[in-house]
Amino acid sequence: MSRRRLAAPVVKRKKLAEVEWKVIEDFCKGCGFCIEFCPVDALEESEKLNAKGVHPPKLKSEDACIGCGLCERICPDFAVHLEKKVSEGEEEQ
Amino acid sequence: MTVIQEFEKHLLAKYLRLERFPHIWCEGCGDGIILNCFVKALDDLGINMDKLVVVSGIGCIGRVAGYIKCDSFHTTHGRPIALATGIKLANPKLTIAVISGDGDLFAIGGNHFIHAARRNVDMTVICSNNFNYGMTGGQFGPTTPLDSYTTTTPYGNIEHPFNLVHLAAAAGAVYVARWTALHVKRLTESIKKALQKKGFKFIEVISPCPEIYGRRNKLGKSIDIMKQYRQISQIRHGYDPAKAEITKEKIIVGEFIDIEKPTYGELLQKQFLKIQKKVMGG
Amino acid sequence: MTMHREVLTGKHLMQGDIACAEGAIAAGCKFFAGYPITPATEIAERMARRMIEVDGMFVQMEDELASMAAIIGASWAGAKAMTATSGPGFSLMQENIGLAVMTETPCVVVNIMRGAPSTGQPTEGAQQDVMQSKWGSHGDYEIIALAPASVQEMFDLTIECFNFAETYRAPTFLLADGFTGHLWERVVIPPPEEIKTVERKKPVVPADKYLPFKPDEDLVPPMACFGEGYSVHVTGLTHDELGYPRTTDPKIQHELVNRLCEKIRKNSDKIIRTYEFMLEDADIAVIAYGIPSRSSLSAVKMAREAGIKAGLLRLITVWPFPEKQVEELSNNVKAIVVPEMNCGQVVREVERVAKETPVHFSSKIGGEPHSPSEIFEVIRRAAKA
Repeated sequence: MSRRRLAAPVVKRKKLAEVEWKVIEDFCKGCGFCIEFCPVDALEESEKLNAKGVHPPKLKSEDACIGCGLCERICPDFAVHLEKKVSEGEEEQ
Repeated sequence: MTVIQEFEKHLLAKYLRLERFPHIWCEGCGDGIILNCFVKALDDLGINMDKLVVVSGIGCIGRVAGYIKCDSFHTTHGRPIALATGIKLANPKLTIAVISGDGDLFAIGGNHFIHAARRNVDMTVICSNNFNYGMTGGQFGPTTPLDSYTTTTPYGNIEHPFNLVHLAAAAGAVYVARWTALHVKRLTESIKKALQKKGFKFIEVISPCPEIYGRRNKLGKSIDIMKQYRQISQIRHGYDPAKAEITKEKIIVGEFIDIEKPTYGELLQKQFLKIQKKVMGG
Repeated sequence: MTMHREVLTGKHLMQGDIACAEGAIAAGCKFFAGYPITPATEIAERMARRMIEVDGMFVQMEDELASMAAIIGASWAGAKAMTATSGPGFSLMQENIGLAVMTETPCVVVNIMRGAPSTGQPTEGAQQDVMQSKWGSHGDYEIIALAPASVQEMFDLTIECFNFAETYRAPTFLLADGFTGHLWERVVIPPPEEIKTVERKKPVVPADKYLPFKPDEDLVPPMACFGEGYSVHVTGLTHDELGYPRTTDPKIQHELVNRLCEKIRKNSDKIIRTYEFMLEDADIAVIAYGIPSRSSLSAVKMAREAGIKAGLLRLITVWPFPEKQVEELSNNVKAIVVPEMNCGQVVREVERVAKETPVHFSSKIGGEPHSPSEIFEVIRRAAKA
């Protein structure tokens, strides 16, 4: 059974968590899981090549990510992760 | 920033032996996902890492013990459950997780699995089921589907595979679940549930082995295997594990068994108190 | 809080197997995993009853492989752990014995030896597994093995085994023959304060500075156990001082395997125990261990009465083999006699070390121990030659 995919955002979305999407480019092996299974289709292959010769993922746009964490979990190589955003006034962890 | 410095910012970095990364697993291998979900479960639970022991066997997934920053034992082939039994019984305060592969747990280790389940020793067992012996180049194992090609079934496998969840349930496990490497959120929740429950818990994770099993059986790239999981997985909580099949057309996943039963440790404690009362008088 | 005494101080009439179990308990054993097998079953049965009384843990595992694995696990969880078996079970344990060696796990393995090979003679004693205890697992390694010759020694030497295991972080073997296991004799158990026990060395540095497999001067690393906050990774793969696998580094393999061997060899003076009887002026020396050493004692006395200057060197430690003692002895005597209940095992070590000195071997398998006159005949033959 296929899943209904949500279209790419055209308006600002409410984030599930205050996080910043990051990728440790040299860990990426180009499996494509994060891109394929992101529920809001926020990711795509970047142009650049990493040390392994693959294209690491990148966000399609700044506010595409809703911070659900699926990509962080499904990355077998710990390359993709969500860094907690430190807001003003908060102590740095 | 160096790669390690970048990695240090990962949510789960504090649970991992960073200096040992990148890990040895292939592109698209389910083992990395299992490690990821397991460690996220630890984080969500705020588990005391000083009291956690991870025991693994021989196989690709067996290397998982060396990546988590806690007490861990990478044992001989097939024996993690027996060794884990010794650890748990000698120090019941420790939380034990056995993470190993289909061959390690159910071929050479099959006997230890069924007896630990029967005894209901308190431990969580996670099986990375990739349908072959990957580390040694892709031989068949007790979960390899009929007709599959492996290096020791060059004409196609003629052995019926185990239904692992059925086996675990029949042997007496108190929690039995199956997920695929795709079901990351649900797998993480299952692991959390299992770690918090008492008794012998078993989670089967259907895991891609793209380089070896996948390639030899023309399953495509790792992304194709994962897409296939999405296509044919059916979540059926409470399903009869005996009927929870894995075929080319469907993979039944979900939580199948979740019961309560006195653990080996609890029964022993009860016996101890009974005898103590008798011996000490009163 | 134990509900029963750990040390059964007093005089007892005991079976060898039971004395062994009591020795383990007196040494502080808190975990026993085993599988029934003649003639060692009584050890498991005694432990099933006694472990719970001393706040310890008994578990009958599904087979001997599991038993050996379980005691390794229990040892890493901090308990003094033991298993007991006979030949067929001993064979099953070999792979995990290698694991215990490689991971430097203190543990005790008791083998009440019976007629072999294979299922052999379950109810007849033998000494046919001695070489196996040294070479049974794959790879190069050294072990410590003690051979009791009485029920008292089943008690005493089991305590010694635990002490060696804890001191050297190695699997230690009690090699008893089936006779000693099933013999009933007088055992004197001293008060607990008179029993010397050894605990494994613990780290003196904090967790972030601790290298789990970095040895001290004595070549033994201090051992942090699971649950103590040291995050130790243990593997059977060739590993570095951190315990991380380093399987393709020849230097690491060379250093690790040699240290595991040297750990025992270098300390052999502290490990080797022998008993000497009338060796000072002996022309013929009998070298024996286990039950044959009892007949050997009588045979030596018989020889002396017949005018032959015989003496006995009883090996209490069989591995590491007492090379120095045997070599020195071979220089002082005209011939050596070795009685064994096998087809030739320790005698090969004696021949290797004794070099030019003639060695007369007396083999007896099948279930009857050597009689004193049988050994006396060999002494007489050796004296004439």
